Amino acid sequence: MQKLFTPLLILVAAMFAYAPMMILDAPYESTMGLVQKIFYFHASLGMAMFLAAFASGIGSAVFLFSRRPWADHLAVAGAELTSIVGFLVLVTGPLWARKAWGVWWVWDPRLTSTLVMWMIFNAYLLLRRYGGPGSERLAAAVALFGMANVPFVYWSVNVWRTLHPKTSVIPTLVPGMRGAFWFCVVAFLLLTSLLIAMRTELEKRRQQLDELYLAAEE
Amino acid sequence: MKPIARLLVIVIVLFAAAPLSAQQQPPPKPAAQDAFVPVDAPNNQQEAIPAQRLVGIAYGLIWVLLLGYVWSVRSRLARVEREMEALNRRTARQ
Repeated sequence: MQKLFTPLLILVAAMFAYAPMMILDAPYESTMGLVQKIFYFHASLGMAMFLAAFASGIGSAVFLFSRRPWADHLAVAGAELTSIVGFLVLVTGPLWARKAWGVWWVWDPRLTSTLVMWMIFNAYLLLRRYGGPGSERLAAAVALFGMANVPFVYWSVNVWRTLHPKTSVIPTLVPGMRGAFWFCVVAFLLLTSLLIAMRTELEKRRQQLDELYLAAEE
Repeated sequence: MKPIARLLVIVIVLFAAAPLSAQQQPPPKPAAQDAFVPVDAPNNQQEAIPAQRLVGIAYGLIWVLLLGYVWSVRSRLARVEREMEALNRRTARQ
């Protein structure tokens, strides 16, 4: 992984440099026009948020049942990424909505469930920071609830009456839009995976530092 | 026909007609909810809300926040590594 990290980071940087050109080349949407271009990064960020939430949830499940430190490190990294990427999803969505719907926010099932999921992972991070010793296990349970929210967020647009575009939009994209969209999805998933790896490494080093301090005190 | 009976007939006719008219006019569906329809150029004449500014803010924010996060993780990692080296040196001296 260490050897692959730098080439992958360069690849992601190149993909992000090329992505705007693909997005500009993609056709405009008939009713929304230019503002629909937010979709390419907004929907990709949504998928990246799901990936980070799964990383945190799976890490937490493994940690709860096996107490392996790497699983806890992965859970923290995933939760932090869910918070960062989720924030971007929750900000870029209203920027698109302001033009497409005429309002910044509606209490629509997709928007509300995404906000709830984002708040659960922020609760996880707060618990880890201020919960004191032993809060890892409680926080792990919170992350499991957060991960359980992912299917609700995804299917909310198909189950309930909503203003948000449905999941059927993705498979029906015309070729010009499809190429740009999946290119952005791959770039964001790769970037999120690399950031999770970096953040997991940071957590591992922090634990090693704590152990070193304990050893030095003894 | 008495006025009350006439009123009753009108009310019944109205109630019976309401579902029929509702069936004739399907509820309007918001545009671009099921699929995106492509066009060659956007219809952005006389825009009340400028789309360019919204798209610019969205993309700018994504770039700034993600680059800031990468920088933050790298600097935190570097700080922990510096601290580890300093601690190792200190314990080696003792």
